[in-house]
Formats: sequence, C-alpha cells, structure tokens
Amino acid sequence: MTTTPTTNATGSTAVSGDGTATSKRRRGKRQRTHPLFWVGLALLSLVIILPLLYMLLTAFKSVQESQTVPPTFWPGEPSLRAFQTLFFTDADSPVLRWLANSLIAATFHAALVVVICSMAGYALARMEFPFKKTLFGIIIATLFLPPFIFMMPNFEILNAFGWLDTLLAIILPGAAGAFGVFFMRQFFSTFPVALEESARIDGAGPWKTFTSIVLPNSRAALVTLTVLSFLANWNDFVFPIYVLFSPERLTLPVGLSKLQGAYTVDYPVIMAGAALAAIPVLILFVFVQRYVIEGVASSGIKG
Amino acid sequence: MSATTTSGTVARSGPATLSRKKESRFGGVYGSWATPYLFLLPYLILFITFVIIPAVFGIWMSLHNWDFLLPGKPFVGLENYTALFDSSSVQFEPFWDSIRATAIFVVASVPFLIVLPLGLAVLLNRKFPGRTFFRATFFAPFVLGVAVIGLMWRYLLDPSFGAVNGLLNAVGLPSVNWITEQPWAWISLVGVTIWWTIGFNAIIYLAGLGDISAEQYEAAELDGASKWQQFRNVTVPGLRPVMIFVITTTILASANMFGQSYLITQGAPGTSTRTAIIEITERGLSQYRMGEAAAMSYVLAVFLGLIAILNFYLLREKK
Repeated sequence: MTTTPTTNATGSTAVSGDGTATSKRRRGKRQRTHPLFWVGLALLSLVIILPLLYMLLTAFKSVQESQTVPPTFWPGEPSLRAFQTLFFTDADSPVLRWLANSLIAATFHAALVVVICSMAGYALARMEFPFKKTLFGIIIATLFLPPFIFMMPNFEILNAFGWLDTLLAIILPGAAGAFGVFFMRQFFSTFPVALEESARIDGAGPWKTFTSIVLPNSRAALVTLTVLSFLANWNDFVFPIYVLFSPERLTLPVGLSKLQGAYTVDYPVIMAGAALAAIPVLILFVFVQRYVIEGVASSGIKG
Repeated sequence: MSATTTSGTVARSGPATLSRKKESRFGGVYGSWATPYLFLLPYLILFITFVIIPAVFGIWMSLHNWDFLLPGKPFVGLENYTALFDSSSVQFEPFWDSIRATAIFVVASVPFLIVLPLGLAVLLNRKFPGRTFFRATFFAPFVLGVAVIGLMWRYLLDPSFGAVNGLLNAVGLPSVNWITEQPWAWISLVGVTIWWTIGFNAIIYLAGLGDISAEQYEAAELDGASKWQQFRNVTVPGLRPVMIFVITTTILASANMFGQSYLITQGAPGTSTRTAIIEITERGLSQYRMGEAAAMSYVLAVFLGLIAILNFYLLREKK
C-alpha cells in the first residue's frame, strides 16, 4: 500500500501478467529527459492541481471574499463558517448523512458486485453447461447497450418493488451490469488449472475450491473490481438524481447538485461540499491508484 | 448464499459423488449439473431483473402514453416514435434541439479527447523519476466524478468573479462569458471534459504503448527514422486496436454527456447546451412522460449504434 514506483511496477506486472513493464523500462533507459520536459510536465500538473486547491481554499473564505474581483487565492481571513453552515445549521442539507449514504451505498454495491460477478465469472470461465456460449454472448451483448435505455423501465421496476427513494435503488441496478462478469471471467480464464486440480484431488468440491483456492489467489483482480465498482457508485449521478427524493436519503453527488440550487451565491458552502465529496475519494485513490489504473488500462487491451 | 450453494452441491449424492475423486465431468471444475447454475444464480437474478426485463419492458412503455403518476396508460402504438419525426408535434423541437446539442458536443470534444490524451501518454511513457506520481495526478480528476467537477468549474468559470476570468484579466485579456454566451459555453464544456477525463484515455493509451516492443523502435532507429517518423510508423500503427477502442468509447461517452451541462450551464444559453440525455431524463423522470422519453431513448440508441458500426467499419477499412 505504498505509492513508490517500485511497488507499482511490480504490481502492474502482477495484474496484467504480460511483460509490458520490462519492455518499457528497457526502452526508457536510452531516453534522456530534457529540462523542457520537466517544465511541461510541471505546468500540466499545475493545470490539474490548482483548480482543486482553489476549490478547497474557497471553502475557507467568506462569501464576500469568494466574489472579489480580482479573485484571491489564499483566504484572507480563513474561517470554518462554510463547514459550520453545511454540518450544523441547514436541516435540509444533512451533508454528513449524505456522506454516510454514499459510503453505505458504494460499499454494499462494490461488495455485491465482487461476490456475484466472481461467482458468475468463475462458472463461465471454468464450468461446462448447456447454452453457456449463448448466455455469455447475451451478457456481453448488453455491454453495448447504452445505459439510458434502461432508465425509464428500471424506474418503474424499482417502484414496483417499493425501492424508489431508498439506497437499494442505486445499489442494485448498477450491479447487474455486464462489465464485472466479463472482467472476472477473463481473469479466471488465465488462472492456472493445476491449482484447482490439486484441490480436487484433495477432495474439495467446487465451492470449496472456489473459496479456498481460486479467490485467495485472485486478490489483485478482486481488489481492482471492488475499487472500480466503489468509485463508479460513489460518483454515480444521472440516475440517483431522479430515484432519490428525500433530503435524508440523498447521496453526496445528488445532494451537492441540490446545494447549488439552495446556495446560489454562497460559493464557500458549495465548495466545502464539493471538497467533502472529493477528499475521501482522493485519499482512497492514493492507496489504490495502481488497481484503478491497471483496471482501466486492461479495459482497452481487452476491448 | 454460500450455505445454499455448498449444501446444494454436497447434498447431491449418488453417481456424482462416486465419480468425484476421479474425473472432471464438467470441464475445469467438478460438481453436479446444478453447480454452474448455482454459481450463476445471484448474478442472473439481478441481470434478468434490471437488464433483460427492462430492455423489453422499455419498448412496451414506449408504445403507451405512459405517465408514471396516472393510473391509465393507454396504448398508442408507434405514436411516440412518429411524433419524433413529425415537425408539428410537441416533442419534435426539444428532441431534435437536444440531438443537435449532443452532436455538437461530440464533434467538438472527441478530436481533443482522442489526441490530447495520446500526447500525454507519449509524454508519460518515458522512464523518469516520479512517473507513477504524475500518472496518478493526471488520472485524479476522473475519480472525483462529475458532481464535484461540475460545481467546481461552475464557480471557476463564473463570468463576474470566476478565477478563469481573473487569470485572463491578470495577463491583460478581457473577461469572457464562459457559461452564458456561445460559442464560449461549448468551449467551457469541452474544456472541462478534457480536464476531467484526459487521464482516463491516457492510461488506456499507455497500456497500448507498453505493448509495442522496444525492438520495433530499435529497428526503426537503425533505419535512421527520426522521432516523428518513429511515432508515425511504429507508435500509431501499433496503437491501432487501442485507438479503435478509445475512439468508440469516447464517442459514446460524449454522446452520453449529462452532468457537465446539468451543473455548469444548466442547458443555457437558451437551450443550446441541453443534451439528449437531459431531455430524456427530464421528460421521463421529472415530468414523468415516460413513454415519450422511452421512445426518444430507443431512437437515440439506434443513432449511436449506427455511429458505432460506421466508425468501426471506417477504422477497419483503412488497414
């Protein structure tokens, strides 16, 4: 769980399983980095970092200071007023509740995806049964259907179950997506059969083999899928806006968009809310960035 | 779930138990005929409920005057579809305006979203200290999600006191109405999207670059190829499969644009940045005219399907 280049280089080879890291390194050795390269890289990084820093700093400004022309960068008189408003004074914007809702939804969603997709992916990778190819084909085909065609019918289906305005409305439909199954199936297809065979010789049944041999040796893929699912759910925006209504049921992204309506000109409060949503994922990202990046990188190679 | 699955497989006795020690009747893993279905069951329940049923049910909804709040949902046949192609209907103008807005955004954003991340990936593909740090930095905006990014840029792009205009003024340039005037509104939305997602495509390119063998570059260098020639003749052809993936997914992602417009311009100026997804979701899930919205979503899906096929065909043909 460090971010040193060495760990990450090893980690990436372990996940992708091809020799990319070595070939990059070999080629890289001959390249010399020009001073201009560093200047360019530093400028580009500032373009990414400065807006985020400005957002955070604005949260500590007064309303007046957030609207001064020319704008200030550092808060003249730093205050926690925006956070106080957000946390304690506004009953219609229970931000800490939204934070908790987001955490609960994203955690349950990620856990659910990993459990059901690894089971289904394993069956599709390793077991034989009638119409297996057809089933896999149907699952894959749905990857190509645009998500918006499911919104109207899923709204009605959630309503039929009585799940509108509950966290189930944002935990379950997304977990039915085909990506996780595809991702796990591809991973299990490359898993060495010998390990499973030796487990079988020891008398282990399929479930035992799966839980005690296959899963413990698939940690990288499982973590990648967990993290990608968590982030996708944490940031989910378009559907949650319409299936969550009550102030205390909202997730952070939905709540934030309502803040924009309620605090039109109080940018410190809005930026405090945005920063509150940004900081947990940025911290998480620092620890798991190699899994996220490897997961995204592999999607292009496979696709 | 685990308990049921275990007992389900163990309880199945007789011939299956007898052959357990010897051979695998079902490919790599051993078990009864029911084992694969038990492994698939939890996922399939969700898949059928939230993917298969809605895919069919949505078409059914689109054939009705389907108002979520009203008990009666009269069958109207293809009326919701024909209305989209009939200029006298109520839906006609908002629908095609939103399609045009989406098309403008796709055309304006996709070239940048394909080329700029490639440049970044080539830059990051070198070996230098801190490479992982920079790679993570450029990817970071993407993990923040559109809600945070949208609110942040709405403030930064504010016409009267935003930091972007502040920066322009500081170097002697006039202020720009970033969100209230065209073409600036489109420039803002494209710019924010680039800022938000540049790391995503760059990471995919980086993986592709890593798959091009060093030998190919060495051979090109022996032949006296310049850096640019190497890029043109080794890097670009080597990236072709990744490129097809990036172009296709980027077109689809841009066609699905929602949050940036919803939060930054709120469809303004006028309705010029009101995208198709905003039109569909507002009509269906806010005004609850769900039959009309479902019909729109299928028409849009067909358009996107045609574009994806065309794009795939064009990229394949060149080879």
